[in-house]
Amino acid sequence: MRAKRDTLKNPQQELRTFRVRALLAVLVVIALSGLLVGRLFYLQVVQHEVYSTRSEENRVRVEPLPPTRGLIYDRNGVLVAENRPTYNLTLVRERVDDLDATLALLADLLELPAVEAEAFRARSRQRQRPFQPALLMSDLDEEQIARLAVNRHRLPGVEVEAQLLRYYPDAEEMAHALGYVGRINREELETLDPGNYAGTHFIGKTGVERYYEQALHGQAGLRKVETNARGRVLRELGRTDPVPGANLTLTLDKPLQRLAVDLLDGRRGSIVAIAPQSGEILALASVPGFDSNQFVTGIDIASYRALQQDLDLPLFNRAIRGRYPPGSTIKPFLALAGLAEGAITPGETLYDPGYFQLPNDSRRYRNWLRWGHGRVDLERAIAVSNNTYFYTLAHELGIDRIHEHMTAFGFGQRVAHDVYGESAALMPSRDWKRARFNQPWYPGETLSVGIGQGYWQVTPLQLATATAVLANRGQWITPRLAKRIGDEPVPTALPDTPPDIELGNDAWWDRVYAGMEKVVSGHEGTARRIGQGLEYRLAGKSGTAQVFSLGKDQRYNAQELKERLRDHALFLAFAPVGEPQIAVAVIVENAGGGSTHAAGLARAMTDAWLLGDRGEEEADEAAADERQMAGAG
Amino acid sequence: MSWSELSRSLSGNLGRAPRGSMSRRRSAWQRIHLDPWLLGMLLLLMVAGLAVLYSASGQRLAVVIAQGIRFGVALVVMAGLAQLSPSTLQRWALPVYGAGVLMLVAVEVVGDMGMGAQRWLVIPGVIRFQPSEMMKLAMPMMVAAWLSRRELPPRGQDLAVCVLIIGLPVGLIARQPDLGTSLLVALAGVFVILLAGLSWRIILLCATLVAAALPLLWMNMHAYQQQRVLTFLDPESDPLGAGWNIIQSTTAIGSGGLWGKGWLEGTQSQLEFLPERHTDFIVAVLGEEFGLLGMLAFLLLYLLIVGRGLWLAGAAQETFGRLLAGSIILTFFIYVFVNVGMVSGILPVVGVPLPLVSYGGTSSVTLMAGFGILMAIHSHRRLLPR
Repeated sequence: MRAKRDTLKNPQQELRTFRVRALLAVLVVIALSGLLVGRLFYLQVVQHEVYSTRSEENRVRVEPLPPTRGLIYDRNGVLVAENRPTYNLTLVRERVDDLDATLALLADLLELPAVEAEAFRARSRQRQRPFQPALLMSDLDEEQIARLAVNRHRLPGVEVEAQLLRYYPDAEEMAHALGYVGRINREELETLDPGNYAGTHFIGKTGVERYYEQALHGQAGLRKVETNARGRVLRELGRTDPVPGANLTLTLDKPLQRLAVDLLDGRRGSIVAIAPQSGEILALASVPGFDSNQFVTGIDIASYRALQQDLDLPLFNRAIRGRYPPGSTIKPFLALAGLAEGAITPGETLYDPGYFQLPNDSRRYRNWLRWGHGRVDLERAIAVSNNTYFYTLAHELGIDRIHEHMTAFGFGQRVAHDVYGESAALMPSRDWKRARFNQPWYPGETLSVGIGQGYWQVTPLQLATATAVLANRGQWITPRLAKRIGDEPVPTALPDTPPDIELGNDAWWDRVYAGMEKVVSGHEGTARRIGQGLEYRLAGKSGTAQVFSLGKDQRYNAQELKERLRDHALFLAFAPVGEPQIAVAVIVENAGGGSTHAAGLARAMTDAWLLGDRGEEEADEAAADERQMAGAG
Repeated sequence: MSWSELSRSLSGNLGRAPRGSMSRRRSAWQRIHLDPWLLGMLLLLMVAGLAVLYSASGQRLAVVIAQGIRFGVALVVMAGLAQLSPSTLQRWALPVYGAGVLMLVAVEVVGDMGMGAQRWLVIPGVIRFQPSEMMKLAMPMMVAAWLSRRELPPRGQDLAVCVLIIGLPVGLIARQPDLGTSLLVALAGVFVILLAGLSWRIILLCATLVAAALPLLWMNMHAYQQQRVLTFLDPESDPLGAGWNIIQSTTAIGSGGLWGKGWLEGTQSQLEFLPERHTDFIVAVLGEEFGLLGMLAFLLLYLLIVGRGLWLAGAAQETFGRLLAGSIILTFFIYVFVNVGMVSGILPVVGVPLPLVSYGGTSSVTLMAGFGILMAIHSHRRLLPR
């Protein structure tokens, strides 16, 4: 009988069983729901008084403890970004019994004019949710704090909060290199870790402050406090201390940075200096600068508009975002490409009639010296900046090989490790032109590239980097702004460093160096005027970049127009040859020829670094003062 | 045109609409395979849930909108699954279950460490996926598909196979470790067996075995899991650590009283005393702001949904559909019970969201997928001749 039942399925029986079980399930569901209702009844009706009291009078609150932002020092230990204590007046509306009376009392105590008092009322409404303190006034002075403290019992819900505010001691000259912090905005709020930034009001907006935000910010802590019904803290129940942000030591040398800014004073331009053997950026100057402290507290609209509309573009970081035609400064790099490819040899000479012609083309590409330099070899071509030699070389190499070799020096690439917002500028190529203009590459364009004109654009940082690599005999060390993060040194060899540049013959580097030394020391070098009284071996190269167009929306008066159409002056240099300690790139906008208007600035930089003539004593004194202050505090 | 059609159209024109339009409406709902009662109650729950979420999230509209979008996706998934016939679901049971188990193994091997436990399977840039979530549906499907082919009530070998089907994925999920989810997945399978008519003798035997095995389970728990149970037994023992959540949530609920403090007025919730107040602990906000009456209204809505679901299950013609639908709806109730129970302090804290009210995407989609299957089972009935 049983075996028979095993083989049969009985749909009716199955349905019956299910319905019985489902009915049981309904009973269980009702029983469990009854349990929940009972519990809720117990909590919300029977024990309501207890919990209501606990909720009303024994409030426990979690308060975030924001970490202190890390300080920033230059390479000598001089403070370049610090935190200053300020005091803010805040108000929590829910804890104020009579808002009108409280505001009136505040206006009286702080001796505010009527207009300010009215603004207080508006600000007391500005907050995102209940119980959030509204900021009434920032940067209270000591007398105001004292008056508020004495009257504290009459001002429930009003607090004086201490807050550390970022301060840049030499804002104008450091602004572009350091960047700045500002109030966290809505978009940033979305991407931030809400726990870690709960009590933080400021965040790095640009520059080093932005790039090292995570390290500088630190880790927020929290404390659990018991408060009374007025929100006043009664006692602390437990706390996790915040971990302060790491102090940052930069590679920048403040005296050298100041010198660079001073050299450019009254002009527009940029100077970048790098220590070739360590990749350390010693100076990153962009002139004009601006007062970055204005951006910390929030700049007013009129001042901001003035900065934005200034024709000299003070907010524009020329050192890392300025894109300039490199002009003749890139001739040493092209010479190296020619040597590596076997297109030229160091001893080979070329007769320069004063122009170059493409085969089957009547157009003459002129040397800057109309009657030509006669016979030129590699070193002389660099020293006198002969165009014909490099037209010929560029034509022989072709744009593809030029692109390949120049990219290896970092042109058209973002070169630095920790520079926020760096531009890659532009190293033109066949592919780029097809993508950008949908046009083929023309041979004449290669000739323009051969003398650093045409589409080619570089940033001052790129030019300084390429010079450092050249000075290093092709060894790449990625430029960086940070020397130490906390106690952790930034390693010299960084991941994703570009491959070193290998030439077929190591002696070729020396031939190019020789040509560059002749630029400043040779009897016909373009910048021989700066070569007098050199105490070390200086190699350089001048460049003059044509300014062919102005922005179409820009309005200039006639005199300014004339000034702004003048050529940009460029110069790159490194010293001492053989044991390079500094590589410099100088760009002065609309100054004229590079050999006359930029070379002297480069020499001043190398002199200062190598001969110690850069106010080091002053820096030491400042550092000593700083230590004393810290000890006293 | 036949006489009957003619008379129907005439009656429509003459305004004697009720019967004709009713029958047409019913056929329309059936054609799109949705159950209007269930759908209506779910939508009501979603809207009420969004209102609570707005308050619980600190009045951040962005959170509400994100949740609304998830609800939209979940509704689409529900409507899509409702189009499948039960026989299709039955055919797909084994492949879906098999894929789920394979993914759980994959999580074991390469899973992304999220929240201290391996739960997520990540294809970078494409999808983050929690296989245990999928198992919540694959499990009852598989058990129901197996049992519906066997003689019922289940016994002997058939039951042993069920234990294997349930044990394998549950063991894998428990290893992640995610004890809460593994228990819920196990329950989804067990419900099928219970509804299939498992004999009372075996039920009693198992209950005894489980009770006897509790100490063993305790010894195999992770420290944090043990801590949760201890805290549940005495929250005041660790007021700043693990007990914090429970003390704060019961305070919030209790202070709500009968009428509640009003929407957006909950001091405990708005003051950020409550941890995870817009996810697992959202009931505390509900209880504080809407009081006992608000809680009862929500519970009633949940019970009506469960009742409707069980009624639909009972009306199913095939054993497979009946068992699956019954298990889905009972599991739904368990979520509600466990969540409300843990926040009000009668159950230990396990990570179970309040269905369609807590903030979170995956669980809403899984839940609505379950309701889609429920509607599919109901709406694909063959109409019996009258």
